[in-house]
Amino acid sequence: MRMSLLAPEFRVIRDEEKCIQCEVCVRQCAFEVHSYDLEEGKVASDDSRCVGCHRCATLCPTQALTIIRYPQEFRRNANWPEQVIKDIFKQSETGGVLLSGMGSDKDYPIYWDHLLLDASQVTNPSIDPLREPMELRTFLGRKPDRLKIETKKGKPRLKTEIAPQLKVEVPILFSAMSYGAISYNVSLALAQAARTMNTFCNTGEGGLHRDLYRFGGNTIVQVASGRFGVHPDYLNAAAAIEIKIGQGAKPGIGGHLPGEKVSQSISETRMIPEGTDALSPAPHHDIYSIEDLSQLIYALKEATCYKKPIMVKIAAVHNSSAIASGMVRAGADIIALDGFRGGTGAAPTRIRDNVGIPIELALAAVDSRLRAEGIRNQASIIAGGGIRNSSDVVKAIALGADAVYIGTAALIAVGCHMCQKCYTGKCNWGIATQDPYLVKRINPDIATERLVNLLRAWSLEIKEMLGGMGINAIESLRGNRLRLRGIDLTETELKLLEVKPAGESL
Amino acid sequence: MKKIYVKEEYCMGCRLCEIHCLVAHSKSKKIIKAYKEEFPRVLPRLIVEEKGPISFALQCRHCEEAPCIEACLTGAMGRDKKSGAVTCDEDRCVGCWMCIMVCPFGVILRDEREKKVATKCDLCPDEDIPVCVAKCPNEALVYEEE
Amino acid sequence: MRKSRNYLIVGNSVAAIAAIEAIREVDKTVPITVISQEPYRAYSRSLVSHFLEGKVTIEKVFYRKKDFYQRNKVQTILGKRVIAIKPKEKKIVLEDRKRIPYTKLLLTCGSKPILPSVKGIEKKDVFTFTTWDEVKRLAKTIKKAKSAVVIGGGMIGLKAAEGLKSLGLKVTIVEQAFQILPAILDKDGSKIIHRHLKEKGIRLIINDTVLEIRGKGKKVERVILGKSGEVDCDLVVVAIGVTPNLDLVKGTALKAKRGVLVDRFMQTSVKEVYAAGDVVEAYDFLYGRKRPIPVWPLAFQQGRVAGSNMAGKRMEYRGGLILNSIEVFGLPIITAGLSAEEKGYEILTKSDPKKKVYKKIVLRKGQIIGAILVGDIDRAGIIVGLIKDRLDVTNFKDEILEENFGYIYVPKEFRAKMVLPLEVR
Ligand SMILES: Cc1cc2nc3c(=O)[nH]c(=O)nc-3n(C[C@H](O)[C@H](O)[C@H](O)COP(=O)(O)OP(=O)(O)OC[C@H]3O[C@@H](n4cnc5c(N)ncnc54)[C@H](O)[C@@H]3O)c2cc1C
Repeated sequence: MRMSLLAPEFRVIRDEEKCIQCEVCVRQCAFEVHSYDLEEGKVASDDSRCVGCHRCATLCPTQALTIIRYPQEFRRNANWPEQVIKDIFKQSETGGVLLSGMGSDKDYPIYWDHLLLDASQVTNPSIDPLREPMELRTFLGRKPDRLKIETKKGKPRLKTEIAPQLKVEVPILFSAMSYGAISYNVSLALAQAARTMNTFCNTGEGGLHRDLYRFGGNTIVQVASGRFGVHPDYLNAAAAIEIKIGQGAKPGIGGHLPGEKVSQSISETRMIPEGTDALSPAPHHDIYSIEDLSQLIYALKEATCYKKPIMVKIAAVHNSSAIASGMVRAGADIIALDGFRGGTGAAPTRIRDNVGIPIELALAAVDSRLRAEGIRNQASIIAGGGIRNSSDVVKAIALGADAVYIGTAALIAVGCHMCQKCYTGKCNWGIATQDPYLVKRINPDIATERLVNLLRAWSLEIKEMLGGMGINAIESLRGNRLRLRGIDLTETELKLLEVKPAGESL
Repeated sequence: MKKIYVKEEYCMGCRLCEIHCLVAHSKSKKIIKAYKEEFPRVLPRLIVEEKGPISFALQCRHCEEAPCIEACLTGAMGRDKKSGAVTCDEDRCVGCWMCIMVCPFGVILRDEREKKVATKCDLCPDEDIPVCVAKCPNEALVYEEE
Repeated sequence: MRKSRNYLIVGNSVAAIAAIEAIREVDKTVPITVISQEPYRAYSRSLVSHFLEGKVTIEKVFYRKKDFYQRNKVQTILGKRVIAIKPKEKKIVLEDRKRIPYTKLLLTCGSKPILPSVKGIEKKDVFTFTTWDEVKRLAKTIKKAKSAVVIGGGMIGLKAAEGLKSLGLKVTIVEQAFQILPAILDKDGSKIIHRHLKEKGIRLIINDTVLEIRGKGKKVERVILGKSGEVDCDLVVVAIGVTPNLDLVKGTALKAKRGVLVDRFMQTSVKEVYAAGDVVEAYDFLYGRKRPIPVWPLAFQQGRVAGSNMAGKRMEYRGGLILNSIEVFGLPIITAGLSAEEKGYEILTKSDPKKKVYKKIVLRKGQIIGAILVGDIDRAGIIVGLIKDRLDVTNFKDEILEENFGYIYVPKEFRAKMVLPLEVR
């Protein structure tokens, strides 16, 4: 075999004093890093195969394993840093498009970390969430322009008909992750956690497994360009329908689930033959204009008797705000914006790392535009793609979101270590895989509990932050950019975000 | 009585149950010592079965009508009155393997390190929860009332 | 008023002990009396060979703890023979003519060694190998002896041979059949054992019988064989099999063929008289008929069933099968069911003579009815379980003899029922 020029990415350090040759690492690594040498009676490791997922180190009963970055140094070169050289090696060896899993890991600015929250002092007292009621509930969907109230027998009654809404008890939803990209057990855990926390999970474009129909009340189903698994039962089982136009990690690109992952169960759920590649076209071939989009929105509304909100999801791109305006006018009840740091099961690395814009900027632009046009009430906004913790959630809502989507954070909660090898199908944590040997590693009961814990913890923190600002309902914060200040941002950035710089008073 | 059950679909074949069972029944009860210094090593008292993607750990079911107690030639195999566990008094056992012949689960093992004796799961009498259950990273083993 | 009740048990071995335990689970108060001609608390019959070799201490020969009878409120009459039972009068007669009445009787008087009718069999240095007393007597004789002949290559004969050899005697086994363990082993399996015995210094003479035991006066000096001349020896152990001990049953109303006949509840043909253990012929579910199976686990099960039914808790004996586990000079052998059968059945075997491993299963219409495991006996119980459950093994039969055979190969439904009862998915 020809020599590869690629040096390993990680080094496996085995403390021989601690290693008991129990072979747990051997059994746990689907990348076959570790192997038992019968002659030596010892376990050895092959650095070149290690993806840095830490599965072995986490399960090692004696903590004998440490995974570090491979300490090989290239000559320092600002033009040609290590990753650039390695990418060229890789492509010259394979002749293929570079693939990655999860969101971009590039060092672009993260605006969340340049936004600071306000707190009340003296003039408007802060609220102690442990003593006073604090509401994180919100409703997602089209709101009327004005409310008509009539009085019948002395009792006021709402006369305006309210469009269907999604009611969430925490403003955090699980974003679209398809069965196929993630395992059944993870899908189940997401659904169970969504139900427990009174929020929603999202099928992604992979259809809804028959056994998960019982979670339909907490499930958003997607209609994507491949139309996988879409049929009347599917639409009617759901709480809402999301038309997927684009995804933050790979705007303008379709999807590709390789045939090896299309098991019997996935083929049934997606309604495609077993073992065939599931190709999602880049565009919806019936949508070439806002008018076309409107047709699909209303077709779906018709199919579900106007009982469910219809959502449209787009990637955050340069013209998001104009597109969003069109989407609202086309009849979308909820707009989902997916920032360029959003996760994925597989994306061409170049696309992932170079296309789209940060969610913070897109969110601010869309919210501003819809307000300016006087149609902000006609659709809710869900922001996703790079929400990492509760303060990101609070900042997103202050920037104008009604709620947020989390995907990567949810997967990390159930064990993902961000090795970015989702596309290999060998996820050692049993998340992004369909391998029957690996999927067992997610016990849905444990995973559900971890997800529920995460949402509970974030809720407590969000209440704490709201209370600090003297606000007792999440809805009162929405679009309240006066409670945000920018730090270390240029004037242009501040203008785009419509926030004042830190230090500037009202 | 509380027994150990396995949820087959969550057993990932890591064999940590086996490893910690061995440690729990070693002299030092310390994992590195048990593996590196105590020879001959004690046996784990459970069996992990594996075939393709399927695996599960199996240990004594502590049967109500226990064939091993019926078949034991010496009276070594008996029932702990308090816990209800089927236990083997290794001091009295002579290694006739009658129990191995009749145990329908195949979870009694031959310990031939010194004197030949039958050895089996004792439900870890000194622990609240048997170690195999406590250490199963995926809760594929549970300790529950029948 | 309640009639005074008392249960009488003749025999004080495994069947009796199991019966006592079963009675006491149901009835804590009924008076129980156990009578045995042997002057000991219940002991493990098969440990007599270990005792002979000095491998176990006296205390460990006993089957239950010292306070067993006291704790279970059992009166014992040990060292006294029962010479008759009178079912009509509901009494038994002791050797001292004392009569003891009973309301319920359990016979567990076991089996007796079969003695061949050859000249010299009555000599002092001819032993059987079935009771502790006999083995204690043997132990004394061995001290002066240099060589021994064991008549019979069955399980007890092999045990005796091993014991004698380990004490330094030259041992010859004389077996009438073409192989040792003819009742339970086949030709290929026995070949491995023959070689093993030879390696361990045992002389094995097959296809021959002892015609006469010769020696001056009461002494044993040699045996005369039918075909192979004569073999010098200082003592003889006779182990050509056992037969139900019907001494007490003959001439009574209790029906018996080769053993005492019992129903599914271990009751004899006479009401209130039960029998269990080697003395009975009970249902062999593989054989499809009743026959005596003199093995310890069945004696236990039958004793338990009898005791439970005596005490008023209905329990059924579901039938048994022949089961044997024996180690011959460190080589483990397990056989189950109709293990020696060949003709008309599907046979699967696996052997590795070098490692002294031989495995065989006998299949009848997809079900296992017999098994032989030599050398590698781990998890043998699973196969025995499959025999008992009569599971159709056609789909995984080729796996059964593999080294890692286990539940993972059996159908999931069966596995779920057997080992994973919590799992409902
Ligand atoms: C050396 C040896 C090794 C063995 N090894 C094994 C083995 O490995 N596995 C196996 O399954 N089986 C083995 N067996 C067979 C097993 O021991 C018997 O199946 C079992 O002992 C039967 O138990 P039992 O209670 O029916 O009767 P027994 O054990 O035969 O006991 C009969 C009892 O009745 C008493 N008794 C009899 N007649 C009278 C009377 N007239 N008056 C008073 N008392 C009387 C005796 O004293 C004794 O207490 C072995 C047997 C021997 C001898």
